[in-house]
Amino acid sequence: MRVLVTGISSFWGGRLAQALERDPSIEVIVGVSPEDPTCELERTEYVRVGTQHALLRRIVQAAQIDTVVDSRLIVDSTTASARAAHEANVIGTMNILAACSGPDSPVRKFVFKSTAHYYGCEQDDPAYFTERMQRPHPPRTGLERDIVEAEKAVTSFAERNTGVTVTALRFVNGLGPELKTAHASLFSLPVVPSILGFDPRYQFIHEDDIVGVLEHAVREDLPGIYNAAGDGVLVLSEVASLLGKPLAPLLPPWGTALALEPLKLLGVQVPPEMRSQLRFGRGVDNRKLKAAGVPLRYTTRETVQAYAEHLRVAAIKRDAGEPYRYEREVEEFLRYSPSVRRSSDAPAKLQG
Amino acid sequence: MKQLPAPSDDLRDYLPAIEPERQVSDWGRSERVEGLLDRTIYDFLYHYWFRCEVEGVGHVPADGGALLVSNHSGALPPDATMILKAVKEEHPRPRPVHLTVEHFFKGNPLFSMLVPKIGGVPAHPANVQRLLYDEGQLVLVFPEGRKGTEKLYKDRYRLRRFGRGGFVEAAMRAQVPIVPIALVGAEESMPVFAQIGALQRLTGLLYFPVTPTFPHLGLLGFLGYLPAKFRIRFLEPIPTDQWGAEPWHDRGLVQGVADDIRGRIQEELHEMLAKRTSVWFG
Repeated sequence: MRVLVTGISSFWGGRLAQALERDPSIEVIVGVSPEDPTCELERTEYVRVGTQHALLRRIVQAAQIDTVVDSRLIVDSTTASARAAHEANVIGTMNILAACSGPDSPVRKFVFKSTAHYYGCEQDDPAYFTERMQRPHPPRTGLERDIVEAEKAVTSFAERNTGVTVTALRFVNGLGPELKTAHASLFSLPVVPSILGFDPRYQFIHEDDIVGVLEHAVREDLPGIYNAAGDGVLVLSEVASLLGKPLAPLLPPWGTALALEPLKLLGVQVPPEMRSQLRFGRGVDNRKLKAAGVPLRYTTRETVQAYAEHLRVAAIKRDAGEPYRYEREVEEFLRYSPSVRRSSDAPAKLQG
Repeated sequence: MKQLPAPSDDLRDYLPAIEPERQVSDWGRSERVEGLLDRTIYDFLYHYWFRCEVEGVGHVPADGGALLVSNHSGALPPDATMILKAVKEEHPRPRPVHLTVEHFFKGNPLFSMLVPKIGGVPAHPANVQRLLYDEGQLVLVFPEGRKGTEKLYKDRYRLRRFGRGGFVEAAMRAQVPIVPIALVGAEESMPVFAQIGALQRLTGLLYFPVTPTFPHLGLLGFLGYLPAKFRIRFLEPIPTDQWGAEPWHDRGLVQGVADDIRGRIQEELHEMLAKRTSVWFG
C-alpha cells in the first residue's frame, strides 16, 4: 500500500502518518503540506507543496500512490482568513481530486476528512443527523458553505470514478490533550461559559479515535459517507461538571458575538459555527460507522473525562518538553545519508 | 476487498450503551430536574389540585414503543405533565414518556434550558422515529399542536384539525401502536379568554393569551391553574401493522386513520362531559 497524506502539518495528518508508519505492509507514506510537519515522523517523506494539482499529480504518478487521505480541511474559521479557508477547502479539494482522477490514475482509494459542520446547527434540526439527511436551511457562514461545496465535489468524484473507493468521514468536535481547538481552549478556562438560557447537546470524539477511524478507513474499504462521533450525547452543563468546573451562563442570548469579544483577550476565539453550537447544539447518528466495524474506544463522556484528567495535570507538566520542530537538513540526513546505519526490521530511534 | 466482520443490518443493535453514572439522557432529559419537579409541583398538582382520575392505563404497552395521542388545551398546558405522571403513577410498569414539543422551545432562552430536561423532544419526524422504532420508548404527541392550546374557552373540547396526519405516518413507519387519550379538565384549568396578537409579536412567544391570572399577575400568573377535576382515559390501542407493508404511502389511508382517531377522542370527550356533573368535583 502506498499512501499520500495531505495536510501532514495538521494534527490529524501527522498522527495518522505516525500510526501508518508502524505497519510494514504500508510501503510508502508521502506527506504533503504547505507548512512543515508538527510531529516527529520516521519514514514518512515530506514534500512541501500546496494544492497545485499539476504538482500533486506528478507526485501521485511518480510514487504510484494508491491511497490518498485528504486531512487538510479547515474546520475552524478562526485559524484562517475567509479567503484562505475558501482556497483550501473548495479549490484545494478540487485540485486534489483532479490530481487523483484520470484514466491512468493509480489511485484506488480516497479518504476525505470532513466535519459535522456540514449539517450546521439550527433550531429545527433533528436530534441525530444521519448521513442521508440534509441541513434544513442553506449554510449560514462562509466556512459552512465551503464545506458543503467541498463535499459535493467529493461526491461527484465518487460518482465519476466508480473504481475508486471514496470515504467521507464527518467528524464531530474532537477533544484530546494534543488537539488545539476552540472548544478545547473554551474548556480550559476556569469556568465554562455558556449562553444564558441554553444547554446545548454536544458530542465529542477522542483524538485517538479520530486517528483510529482514519487509519481504519485506510486499511479497510469503507465506501460512502460516515458520521464519526463518540457514543452518547452530553449537555454542556454535564460537560462542565465532568470537567469539574462551574457552568457560567455569562453570554447573553442576544448579541452573543459582541459579548464574546472580551474572551479573545483570554485567548479564546469563538468562530460563528461554534456560536451556533453553543446555542442549539448538535447530535449525529454514529451507528453506520459502528455497523461498518470501525472501533471507537471512547464514548463522548469518556472523551470529556480524559480531557478533564489532562487539564488537571497540564499545569504541572507544562515544561515537560520542547515542542517538536521540523529541521529539513536533519530529517534528510537521517533518511538519505549513507553514514546513517539502518536496519530494515528494527529501525534506529531517530532524534528530531 | 477485505472481508468485514459480518455486520448486522439492524442499526438498532448499535445504539449507544447506557452509562449508568449519567443523570442526563442523550436527549437531554435530566433525572434530577425531573425528579425535583415531580416531588414538588407535579405530585401536588396530580394528587391534590387536579385530583387526577385515570382509566385504562393498561392500554399503554408494558414494553416496546407506542405513540400516545391526546387532546390538548390550557394556555400553559397541564395535560402533558399529568399524562406523564399518570403513566408513572398508575402503570404496572412505569416508563418515561417523551413529549414532542415545537422547535420554538429549542430556540427560546426562556424554555430551551428546561423543556428538554423534563422530557420535551422537538417534534421532528426523525426524532419520533428514533424514539419509537429504534429505542422502543413511549412518545406523547398532541396533533392539534398550538391550535389546541391557543383556542378560546368558548371552543372548549372541540378538537381542532389533527395536523396533517404526520403522527399516524410516524407510528406506521415505526410499526408501533397508537394509544388515543381523552382528557377532561385541562380546558377549565387555564381557560383562554382572548389572544392579544400585538403582544404576541412583541414578545416573540407562540401566543399571548388572557387567562384568569395572566397577564395581570405577570409570569406568576402562568402558574395559576384553577383546580378543575382531571379525568384521563386511555383508549384501546390501534395497531398500525394491520394495513400491510409501508402503508404510509397511501395518503388517503393516513388521513383516514387520523380522522378516525380524532373522531374517537372527540366521541369519548362528549361521553365523559355528559357524565361530568361539576367542573371542580367531577
